[in-house]
Amino acid sequence: MEREVSDGDVLVIGGGISGLTTAVEAAEAGCKVILVEKEPSLGGKVARNNKYYTKLCPPSCGLEINFKRIKRNPDIQCLTLAEVEAISGGEGNYEATIRVNPRYVNDNCTACGECAKVCATEIPNEFNYGMDKRKAAYLPHLMAFPMRYVIAPEIIGTDEAKKCLKACKYNAIDLDMKQESLKVKVGAVVVATGWDPYDATKIDNLGFGKCPNVITNVMMERLASPSGPTKGKIVRPSDGKEVKNIIFAQCAGSRDENHLPYCSGVCCLASLKQATYVREQYPDAKATIFYIDVRALGKFEDFYTKVAGDENVSLIKGKAAKVEEDPATGDVVVEVEDTMKGDKIRVRAEMVVLATGMVPRAPGSNINVTYDEFGFIVSDPSRRGIYGAGCVRRPTGVAQSVQDATGAALKAIQSIVRR
Amino acid sequence: MDKKVGVYICTGCEIGESLDVPALSKVATSEYKVPLCKNHPMLCGKEGSSLINSDIEKEGVNTVVIAACSPREKTDVFSYDPTAVCMERVNLREHVVWCHPSQEEDTQMLAEDYLRMGIIKAQKMAPLEPFSEEMEEINKTILVVGGGITGMTAALEAARAGYDVVLVEKASELGGWMKRLWKQYPKSPPYLELQPTGIDETIGEVMSQTNIKVYTGAKIEKTAGAPGLFDVTISQNGKSETVRVGAIVEATGWQPYDATKLGSLGFGKYPNCVTGIMVEEMAAKGKFTRPSDGREAKSWAFIQCAGSRDKDHLPYCSSYCCLASLKQAKYIREKDSDAKVYILYKDIRTIGQYEIFYKKVQEDPGIFLTKGEVVGISEDAENSLVIDVDNTLLGEKIQVKAEMVVLATGMVPQAGIEAKEVIPQEAEKTCEEKKEEEKELPTDIIIPSDILNLEYRQGPELPALRYGFPDSHYICFPYETRRTGIYTAGCVRQPMDSAACMDDAAGAALKAIQCVELTAQGKALHPRAGDMSYPELYMSRCTQCKRCTEECPFGMYNEDEKANPLPNLTRCRRCGICMGSCPERIISFKDYSVDIISSMVKAIDVPEEDEEKPRIVAFLCENDAYPSLDIAGRKRLSYNPYVRVIPLRCLGNVNLVWIADALGKGIDGILLIGCKYGDDYQCHFIKGSELANYRMEKIKETLDRLRLESDRIRILELSLGEYDKLPGIFDDFLKKIEEVGPNPYKGL
Repeated sequence: MEREVSDGDVLVIGGGISGLTTAVEAAEAGCKVILVEKEPSLGGKVARNNKYYTKLCPPSCGLEINFKRIKRNPDIQCLTLAEVEAISGGEGNYEATIRVNPRYVNDNCTACGECAKVCATEIPNEFNYGMDKRKAAYLPHLMAFPMRYVIAPEIIGTDEAKKCLKACKYNAIDLDMKQESLKVKVGAVVVATGWDPYDATKIDNLGFGKCPNVITNVMMERLASPSGPTKGKIVRPSDGKEVKNIIFAQCAGSRDENHLPYCSGVCCLASLKQATYVREQYPDAKATIFYIDVRALGKFEDFYTKVAGDENVSLIKGKAAKVEEDPATGDVVVEVEDTMKGDKIRVRAEMVVLATGMVPRAPGSNINVTYDEFGFIVSDPSRRGIYGAGCVRRPTGVAQSVQDATGAALKAIQSIVRR
Repeated sequence: MDKKVGVYICTGCEIGESLDVPALSKVATSEYKVPLCKNHPMLCGKEGSSLINSDIEKEGVNTVVIAACSPREKTDVFSYDPTAVCMERVNLREHVVWCHPSQEEDTQMLAEDYLRMGIIKAQKMAPLEPFSEEMEEINKTILVVGGGITGMTAALEAARAGYDVVLVEKASELGGWMKRLWKQYPKSPPYLELQPTGIDETIGEVMSQTNIKVYTGAKIEKTAGAPGLFDVTISQNGKSETVRVGAIVEATGWQPYDATKLGSLGFGKYPNCVTGIMVEEMAAKGKFTRPSDGREAKSWAFIQCAGSRDKDHLPYCSSYCCLASLKQAKYIREKDSDAKVYILYKDIRTIGQYEIFYKKVQEDPGIFLTKGEVVGISEDAENSLVIDVDNTLLGEKIQVKAEMVVLATGMVPQAGIEAKEVIPQEAEKTCEEKKEEEKELPTDIIIPSDILNLEYRQGPELPALRYGFPDSHYICFPYETRRTGIYTAGCVRQPMDSAACMDDAAGAALKAIQCVELTAQGKALHPRAGDMSYPELYMSRCTQCKRCTEECPFGMYNEDEKANPLPNLTRCRRCGICMGSCPERIISFKDYSVDIISSMVKAIDVPEEDEEKPRIVAFLCENDAYPSLDIAGRKRLSYNPYVRVIPLRCLGNVNLVWIADALGKGIDGILLIGCKYGDDYQCHFIKGSELANYRMEKIKETLDRLRLESDRIRILELSLGEYDKLPGIFDDFLKKIEEVGPNPYKGL
């Protein structure tokens, strides 16, 4: 099937909350937008979050309204499973080469799910950070946009794929789908490629990858989500035991010369929020947060005050130095260094959440932008026409990403005005 | 318009297998005498959709009822010009066959009711007409209020996008607080060195832009009108001038927290206790001298969170003070390498790349960072200050002696500062009863800050949520205030530093541009951007009860002297909350009205009591509860088949007449499911869900009048993520209804 994509005003790379916001904000100001997302659905990291701090509202609500805005707006073209390979030209006159990977499912898909019913092969569920498996014919997530299934490349060429094909009543599966390369002309580009969680296996001393009951903050979001691997029940990975005593280790690999020297700005609030997940599920549970500084800026301070006021939540200044497993119980023992006193304390818990930071996801060397030494895109007045938005510019939360993306939409419009 | 209805039933996705489609079609053709009723195994496919399109073109069908999947799906396929075709979708897939047993009587009855409700709605809808043609020309000039870094940036960003800008600053020159700073902390790589503020360059740029008109030493006396049509009276040098603008960016910034309230920290008591902004002045002069004796101070102590993160002063964190003090410590150290600087803090909050600068300051051997709580301060014979610090990391009390103390005071939003002249409150109501009623109505906080002086019935400034910051849904729609077309940016919105202010300014400028562009096309703004429907008032039945003018969360209505509502359509967000407020039911949209929903309720087929099939009407907010039920369908969660769902733009649309109609019809129970409200509200229209709750109080009266039990009505809050709770909510309510017994009005 030949894909039809028409030229636009603004190319937005990345369909997470920043890219999504840039696209709808620019389109509602009258621009024609092409939104390119690498994954099979828009939504990025926020789609994987259980709740937003500090309102504790579900990100699905924010996605719903943004998807509604896209559905209503004919000026936005969305390409999923797509990546920008190269951009040539200059401000006002770019040509982008976009590679679209095969979904093996076309626009006929009604998301009825018959293909998944017959598919027996399971693949690691990357949406849940590999904590469970999913069918090789799958819907990316419950709020997926576009609402279409995907046939994983792993089963292409197998009988399994043919079974899926046969199960589909709507001629929606096309196993011969090939990678496509498209060229579009645009006037401006907004890079909103977001972030990756810092690889916790690199933090040797904190036990991730060695102790099953040491998880990261992004995994905790999936564990607490009703659509996650445990249907929202917070249990230990090793034995499925309810977690009544949990430790959050802040700045895991952050503010650390050996890992990420900067602060990711969101982890304090994320852990405070995650402490409320545990406290809500288990009324007698205890949560301990080890921190260097609690960074709850602006009105978020209220949330910090509220959570800190819970007598079952303890906040202790100190950086986790070592995490080890007690093989007999599967519990985790955290050694905390009090740098001022030089003392060490050891605390036992059933599970540890590492508050890992954000690593900017660089769009690649084929896009002409300026980076700082950490890989964040820096505003460069001498290079107009390509702009960063959201966490690819600086580590930041959802609210500020929305704010930043809205501004990026205007920068893009200015490039078009200058055209 | 003569309506010709076509009903199209999709039999795909298990619909055909689960339902008796011929019987369903008969509802359309026999009961509703619909001229065209067709079914297709894949209505969303090319063949299916062209079936509908060709009926529109060739058969003159102008009203389309699509009974298939959720209206949230396949929107690209089922898309028609709303000015020519009325379209309604009936959710047979997610809400019927995916969550109820196949080929069962109750499932079939559910589908048939939904089809009835869909057909009657479509029949009653009218094509949309944008209102713009009847209006005066929409002005696209952007007014920016405030000439600090945020306001100037907003003005420049809008001007660079080709828009005319009017910039009003109350001081005699542009620049705001940035103008008073000596340097700024590092904002660009490698994030190590202090940087010039660059404010003079920004001022120069503003002054040189031909499409920015600057008023300094000016204030806004009055803002009348509505988006696209604002008439703003600006006074300058004793003269007044009225300019027309399309949208407004309020970037009026902040004031430092009043240090005289911090007597306990020594300000005003000890001459050598100063504030951060005073240090900037010293730095600009290049003299870090003591006010008491003019001698250069050799030791300094910065007290962080002076009056911040403090329930007796500012409970929030002002975000910039840690960095400002680190910067000022560098000023002092760069000037005098012998000076010692103590920074006494609760937490150092240097997020993102600012951490790099913090790290550098920490390496300075003359700067001492101490976590602790300042519990006392006194002065010695040399006018130096002795600070008692408790709860330090060492667990003991320490004393810090310094020749100078700097209080890092926080930010108070200008919008939160009451102007001296207090605007008189609305005249007292004469009728006691009305006063009673008004007490219950959730009230808004409007602080007369003398910024915009809006000629709005609901008050002169933007409503605030907490601490004087104008209210917005601060996560998802940070710029939207409670007044359409007026966007806040910078520190008036929330505490932030200048880099964040500049980003924020660009965003607010974009929102202002969207406002003028969409308004010029007669379309709604966020969150119903692009909607062309708008409320029309049948004024001859208005009783001047003022409910619409009081309850609109966006202040859409003004009032004339006889208390008639005066709609300002470009202020309208099309939420329909006024429609719910009106006891006379005079407010309608062409595609959405009290009558339309009433008719849907009345279209439900209510079985006789002896059939033991109760009926529940569930009004669901279309933004959260309705998609949540779609997800429940997708997850194949099964629930009670006696519930009939009606989606609403907002739960605040619920008009009491719907409740009366439902009960009068013999419906056994009514569920209202809206978004969470309160301080952490999730309602897209801010007040809708809360107002619905307030109005439900009135329902008790209605029920008493009808001699019915109040248990028949239940109102709940649900967020989109709680789809798994919906089946339980329905079952639980049904159980209650069974206890209460059948509606005695059944069959009457």
